[in-house]
Amino acid sequence: MAPDVKQRKYQVIGTRPVRHDGVDKVTGRAKYGADQRLAGMLEGAILRSPHAHARIRRIDTTQAQAMPGVRAIVTAADFPEQGDRIVELGEGMANMRHLSANVMAREKVLYKGHAVAAVAADNVHIAQAAAQRIHVEYEVLPAVTDVRAAMREDSLILNEEIRTQAFGSAPASPDAKPTNIAKHFVFELGDLAQGFGSAEVVIEREFDTSTVHQGYIEPHNATVSWNADDRVTVWMSTQGSFTARQQTAELLQIPVSHVKVVPMEIGGGFGGKISVYLPPVAALLSKKTGRPVRLVMSRADVFQGTGPTPGSHMRVKLGVKRDGTIVAGDAWIAFEAGAYTGSPIGPACMCVFSCYNVPNARVEGFDVCVNKPRTSAYRAPGSTHVAFAIETVVDEICSQIGMDPLTFRLKNAAREGIRRVDGPVYGRVGLEETLAAIQASEHYRTPLPGKYQGRGVASGFWFNVGLKSSVSATVNFDGTVTLVEGSTDIGGTRTSIAMQLAETLGIAVEDVTPTVVDTDSVGYTDVTGGSRVTFATGIAAVEAAKDIQRQLVQRAALLWNVDPSAVRYEAGSVWGPQQQCLRFKELAAELPTTGGPIIGRGTSSEATQGGAFATHCVDVEVDPDLAKVTILRYTAAQDVGTAIHPSYVEGQLQGGVVQGIGWALNEEYSYDDQGAMRNPTFLDYRMPTCYDVPMIDTILVEVPDPQHPYGVRGVGEVPICPPPAAIANAIYQAVGVRMRHLPMSPPRLWAELSKNSS
Amino acid sequence: MTGWGVGMGKRIVQITVNGDTTEFLCEPRQTLLEVLRNTLELTGTKEGCSNGNCGACTVLMNGLPVVSCLVLAVEAAGAEVRTIEGVARGSHLDEVQSAFLEGAALQCGICTPGFIMQAEALLARNPQPTEEEIRFYLAGNLCRCTGYDKIVRAVQRAAQLRQAAQQNGRS
Ligand code: FES
Ligand code: FES
Repeated sequence: MAPDVKQRKYQVIGTRPVRHDGVDKVTGRAKYGADQRLAGMLEGAILRSPHAHARIRRIDTTQAQAMPGVRAIVTAADFPEQGDRIVELGEGMANMRHLSANVMAREKVLYKGHAVAAVAADNVHIAQAAAQRIHVEYEVLPAVTDVRAAMREDSLILNEEIRTQAFGSAPASPDAKPTNIAKHFVFELGDLAQGFGSAEVVIEREFDTSTVHQGYIEPHNATVSWNADDRVTVWMSTQGSFTARQQTAELLQIPVSHVKVVPMEIGGGFGGKISVYLPPVAALLSKKTGRPVRLVMSRADVFQGTGPTPGSHMRVKLGVKRDGTIVAGDAWIAFEAGAYTGSPIGPACMCVFSCYNVPNARVEGFDVCVNKPRTSAYRAPGSTHVAFAIETVVDEICSQIGMDPLTFRLKNAAREGIRRVDGPVYGRVGLEETLAAIQASEHYRTPLPGKYQGRGVASGFWFNVGLKSSVSATVNFDGTVTLVEGSTDIGGTRTSIAMQLAETLGIAVEDVTPTVVDTDSVGYTDVTGGSRVTFATGIAAVEAAKDIQRQLVQRAALLWNVDPSAVRYEAGSVWGPQQQCLRFKELAAELPTTGGPIIGRGTSSEATQGGAFATHCVDVEVDPDLAKVTILRYTAAQDVGTAIHPSYVEGQLQGGVVQGIGWALNEEYSYDDQGAMRNPTFLDYRMPTCYDVPMIDTILVEVPDPQHPYGVRGVGEVPICPPPAAIANAIYQAVGVRMRHLPMSPPRLWAELSKNSS
Repeated sequence: MTGWGVGMGKRIVQITVNGDTTEFLCEPRQTLLEVLRNTLELTGTKEGCSNGNCGACTVLMNGLPVVSCLVLAVEAAGAEVRTIEGVARGSHLDEVQSAFLEGAALQCGICTPGFIMQAEALLARNPQPTEEEIRFYLAGNLCRCTGYDKIVRAVQRAAQLRQAAQQNGRS
């Protein structure tokens, strides 16, 4: 049931106020990273490798340096040596040697587009021309771009220092053989042999997915000023100002407190704006010139030097009883990490069977270096890949045993008390509710009779994370509240946080002014990622509101000359023992004469969140001559816990679905045999336009997460997981072919259709 | 080496931006987008790709939508240019802006100025577009956040609001 029409439990939560930063964003006033301008600012350009794999023999900058208007050039020689330090960067561990070499190549380039040198000049045109006059001598090496080829014993090795790290084991001995397999995961549950022994139907299939990009419309940017006192200020668009600060400080080996990151408005991230690329480079250029330096990537740089999410090869085997009970599952997953270790292979292994009760299971995963850009997180990292594999295998099983795919899923659905293959036991989760919602939907119940038309369903899971957030909130004497937070706002979270504060204080959300501030102005806050902000920063805001309540109660007790324990805060007012009552605004007006300002503080540090589940239903039509797939109708049901601002919750579902449609049908890095990406433009890397998709219907299922005071579950990531599988299943219903390679673009579908008809 | 220095071969260009006639100096290679953002400091027009593929830089030139990254600044000489900064009437949002705001048609907002300008151009020539016409006309503008649902609805809503405003104006 839509949150608006149910019985109203809350005053603010569940309403749809206009977002606080909205006017700035529809009038062009909002300042994004690349809009930053400073007096005396220089502009920079980065020279990038034309080769996917090469040794750098020599870099000659003399010609470039001599050009009028060129102010400074930096190469890896200007960066501090990192050694093999492992550092916790607020979003997992990172090997600083790799992070540094990714920001500026040292000794070797490992992908086309790898940064090699950077120039600061009077304007960007001079900088670009100068970058082209830097002469780099390369010893070109063969490119390793296929994950299975990279895993072979005799493969060329990208990083000589990498040894396979087995999950949960001691670090591998440096005497072991160098390899491209950086990590190896194994998860086991129950007795696999016995499980498959008891199965009556077993299906095993192999899958491939191509490299895809997050595709945010705003390119990466950074403007940095290195002051004479060695204090560094960074203006940038980032998902996490605190991790950007830490990465920048670690890469430059300066104290973290000497770096201030000022988060500008951010034009999309989806996981791709967590790792830093530009700030340390701009910082060194600024240090050399004594002037602020701005770097902005081109679209080709974004495609070739940032993101993407891994290509993969997967094998999934599932065993069931004739009655549809799952008895065993086995998965083998290899992810392309790109140049350096760090693909989301761990989460992928945990997600592959996450929607089901699989009593006997084994999952093996590999993180493999290849000559492609170092991969970054992308919306439910790793989960979409494995959902494509498992959800199409499930569909095939349903066809074989003649069972409705929703009935099968309901029978085996993950629910409270079920143990996932990697160990955790689910708390209260809402997968069954999403399945039931689709089953009951008008969409699912409406027949789809057309020729070449088909309907598919699929489910998906994402953990969601908790992590750390800080807010502070000042009560203004006019009865409004200024809310200060560290979570950068990518999609309306200023408002979803402010709504929780307003709800707790019993005031109007319009009376709260939320502001995202720099790293010197608020307590530590982890990234805007992991679907965590409305959950975790929301908890911090509720804590801040309670802190304000406590202080207001004390003030009122003072005014009424009663004991604070006799005063309570309720429905936006303080109440005394004789039913005295002061509304929030009234008491705020008394503050100047009763002890001065009140500031509420709130932090949160949650280890986990309850997981998010989604079930989607899609209708497609396949053009049998062009092998083009058209999405006719789409419905996404998701357990959203409690929808704080339903419009922005729906927006997350709709946006995730359309990204998933792009991944399913068109998007891929196309590589030539030298390992060069052939399509680094939005024309050739084909993301969905509004002409490619229909309206995306949403069903918000609300199963509150008991870990959050208002039951919030993160909503941002899981909607990208089901679409590729749901569409593959629909294509099967439409034309009878099983697609096992993403994207299911016209050439691939054509090839399958031709096989079928021959 | 010559040709790279500051001020080499600069031209004086006169244009009208959001109703104000203005002059700037630019190099022949500079785009209208670059001049709008860097010289005239109208940074509301956004840059997503610089090769005409994303629509973030859409402005109206003599009433027609153009991707300003593919227009040379010198080509705009004498033109009437309207940017996102010129859409609101004083401190009043126009119907397209209100509809985007109230319909939650933006998430990160980087695509929003381009969509609003493109929608203005659509509604100027077709005040009552169908969903199909809206989707076709906006297909040159990429949004990676919203899935377009609320953007298309916002344009439908803006058309209604504008019609209602005009009827009120007439009565
Ligand atoms: S920046 Fe002009 S179309 Fe993308
Ligand atoms: S709102 Fe982010 S790209 Fe459209």
